Amino acid sequence: MSELLKVDDLRVEYSSGTAINKAVNGVSFSLMAGENIGFVGETGAGKTTTALSIMGLLPNETGKVRSGTIIFQGRDLLTLREQEMRKVRGSQIGMIFQDPMTSLNPVIPVGNQVAEVLKYHAEDNSKEAINKRVDELLNMVGIPPKRKNEFSHQFSGGMRQRIVIAIAIACNPLLLIADEPTTALDVTIQAQVLEMMEELRKKINTSMIMITHDLGIVAQVCDKVAIMYSGEIVEFGSVEDIFEGEQHHPYTVGLFGSIPDLTSSAKRLTPIPGQMTDPSNLPEGCKFHLRCKHSGEECEKLSPASYEIGEGHTVKCHKFKQGGAL
Amino acid sequence: MKEPLVRVSNLKKYFKTPMGSLHAVDDVSVDIQRSSTLGVVGESGCGKSTLGRTVLRLVEPTGGEVLFEGENIFKLKGAKLREVRKEMQIIFQDPYASLNPRLTVSEQIAEPLIVNNVFSDRQSMRSKVMQLMEVVELSPRFTHVYPHELDGGRRQRIGIARALALDPKFIVCDEPVSALDVSVQAQILNLMMDLQDEMGLAYMFVSHDLSVVRHISHEVAVMYLGQCVERASAEELFSNPRHPYTRALLDAIPVPNLSGRGKTRMILEGEVGVPIAPPPGCRFAPRCPNAKADCTASDIAAQECSPGHFVKCINI
Repeated sequence: MSELLKVDDLRVEYSSGTAINKAVNGVSFSLMAGENIGFVGETGAGKTTTALSIMGLLPNETGKVRSGTIIFQGRDLLTLREQEMRKVRGSQIGMIFQDPMTSLNPVIPVGNQVAEVLKYHAEDNSKEAINKRVDELLNMVGIPPKRKNEFSHQFSGGMRQRIVIAIAIACNPLLLIADEPTTALDVTIQAQVLEMMEELRKKINTSMIMITHDLGIVAQVCDKVAIMYSGEIVEFGSVEDIFEGEQHHPYTVGLFGSIPDLTSSAKRLTPIPGQMTDPSNLPEGCKFHLRCKHSGEECEKLSPASYEIGEGHTVKCHKFKQGGAL
Repeated sequence: MKEPLVRVSNLKKYFKTPMGSLHAVDDVSVDIQRSSTLGVVGESGCGKSTLGRTVLRLVEPTGGEVLFEGENIFKLKGAKLREVRKEMQIIFQDPYASLNPRLTVSEQIAEPLIVNNVFSDRQSMRSKVMQLMEVVELSPRFTHVYPHELDGGRRQRIGIARALALDPKFIVCDEPVSALDVSVQAQILNLMMDLQDEMGLAYMFVSHDLSVVRHISHEVAVMYLGQCVERASAEELFSNPRHPYTRALLDAIPVPNLSGRGKTRMILEGEVGVPIAPPPGCRFAPRCPNAKADCTASDIAAQECSPGHFVKCINI
């Protein structure tokens, strides 16, 4: 397997007036061709910002990449000019946004929105070829092509997300970034969409970054998992490491303790005390130490490094230094 | 069996639309026992929120009755109705939208006390507000802050304090944790369960999240397009679901462990319709894998397949 994407020490800040919000604080990971990585974390963990940085879609005025590299197919995306980036975005990297209600244009028929991507990126962009491909794509995502002249408000939420997916996969991208693709959908529709995404992903053989707050989705579809907290990947490993491994970052333990399990009937949840850290005022040392019951002196002063506790399984916590454990 | 605190029988709520009458709640009968929780689950548009609101008479019903401690609340008027309303409260879904942005935390919590003239002097009201803040674990330093300064979890605590202010017996919780992150959601769920134990509250817990419902409920009702298709104790419903919709719903949930990986799920075809002037028979039939001609021939009555387990399906 070859390495498709390598992100190294990515740091992103948003400035709002006087405050500087440190949204991503040194994220590093790599994605092999054909792999599916799940990024899990709560609101404000930096999942979406990481994705937007890869896509080069950070808001111009407020968002800034402070440091790091994003190597995609041997090129650092952060050094590309906007013109070159446009050739990558939409064709080699596709993105599925969270809210299908707002990510489609309400005044352009959906078929034309799918055609737009092809017009800019497809090799054969003759009218007939594009038309044929639009029908083919709509069929792939389960939308009758005869509805392509309708507008987004005429479709249900699940159908709209299918259209967004058709746009994202139109040029057979090497990498697909899905930002909470099913959060706005009902469970039975979510199951339909997830199954369809898996089939399509296998068919066009693309790698995927799946951003979600739902550990259930990760367990069902991902190969690797990155648990994010306060703009850092606090734990990284295969799904087996994360869901069946013995040792975890204290935040991962807290996250699992917070979700009611459908298959067991434990009477009480064990939530993480306290609130999410404020990105404009991050604590010194480990960003989780204020909520962590294992926190010690070192945790208050020094930001921990990532320690490898198994093959490819890393944890960013002082307690795991030199083969330690919780 | 004891007399339930709230008995909902054959409750109907139809809305008029230009396309015909929309059967938001259609012939729903459920009981809520004292100090226990009835979970109501279903997807968007199944009528679960309308059910919650009609049970509290926040909207007037089209038919049926709701007995609160044996009294039909739709027959009450004036002072008597206001008396009953104190006993029945609601917690709303969105803590960002359900609070008045121009009132401080203490003013929000005092509002129900002022409206109902509970206290004649300021001092005892203030101490009641402080006591409520303590109950919902809001630190006194938030007394004079405004909702926009707080995160979702703390705002939802204000919503809970408001609902508790008049010492109710019954609270309808309309998706109280769905706007919250999981770690905060767990804190609020624990708080609600503690309050139930301490104060003997009965909840009607409306949610689309089956794992949350299973966690907090004693009894569960599953709704589909305005009808209650299955009702049983939480234990029974999750271990032995009988209605095909309940089964599909349970199967559709991605569980956070690797056991379900690569398993073929029962994927429902199609989407939830709209119950405008619905045809007779089972409303799930168009999506049901086992549907037969009989399913849509005439309306289907709920049958008791084992004690306390009701299913609305003719194939059981």
